[in-house]
Amino acid sequence: MPITFRSDVDQVLKDAKTQQKPVLLDFNAAPM
Amino acid sequence: MWPDERVVRFVNENFLAARVHPRETPDLFKKYSERYSAQWTPIVLALDPERAEHSRIEGFLPADDFLGQLMLGWARLAFDAGQWAEAERRYREIVETLPNTDAAAEALYWAGVAPYKGTGDPKSLKATGEAFKQRYQTTAWAKKASVWT
Repeated sequence: MPITFRSDVDQVLKDAKTQQKPVLLDFNAAPM
Repeated sequence: MWPDERVVRFVNENFLAARVHPRETPDLFKKYSERYSAQWTPIVLALDPERAEHSRIEGFLPADDFLGQLMLGWARLAFDAGQWAEAERRYREIVETLPNTDAAAEALYWAGVAPYKGTGDPKSLKATGEAFKQRYQTTAWAKKASVWT
């Protein structure tokens, strides 16, 4: 199972606050 | 590094994961690279639920080293929250499971600091200083811990 990377970062940060869960934010230029 | 199943499990269990890409999501990449002063790729940040950065991994690393750095970030979140026992547990897990990574020496250092922060008893610092005489002697962390013995 892969990591579920989301691109809707603004919403991820809102979800993190709601869920009180940390965020891993990846700045990545590799081909997607 | 990302396909490694240990990395996948660790991230999925402990974080919400988000990615910005300079070509796929250019506006978001610009917004967040400016917000967090991320001038290079790859960079991986560990943020708390209030969006504050607690750790940063810059550049490629092999899977073991990358996992070790991710685990350091996870431990740092607990440390910065004043969760001393949990921080010590997370740091010691790195030393025990990834002893041959660069992260292990740093983790050993902070595993000694965390209980001291919680109790004020310096015995954990002394024990850590002694432990560095047996392992990771050539690291900067051993030098930093040398004042504890």
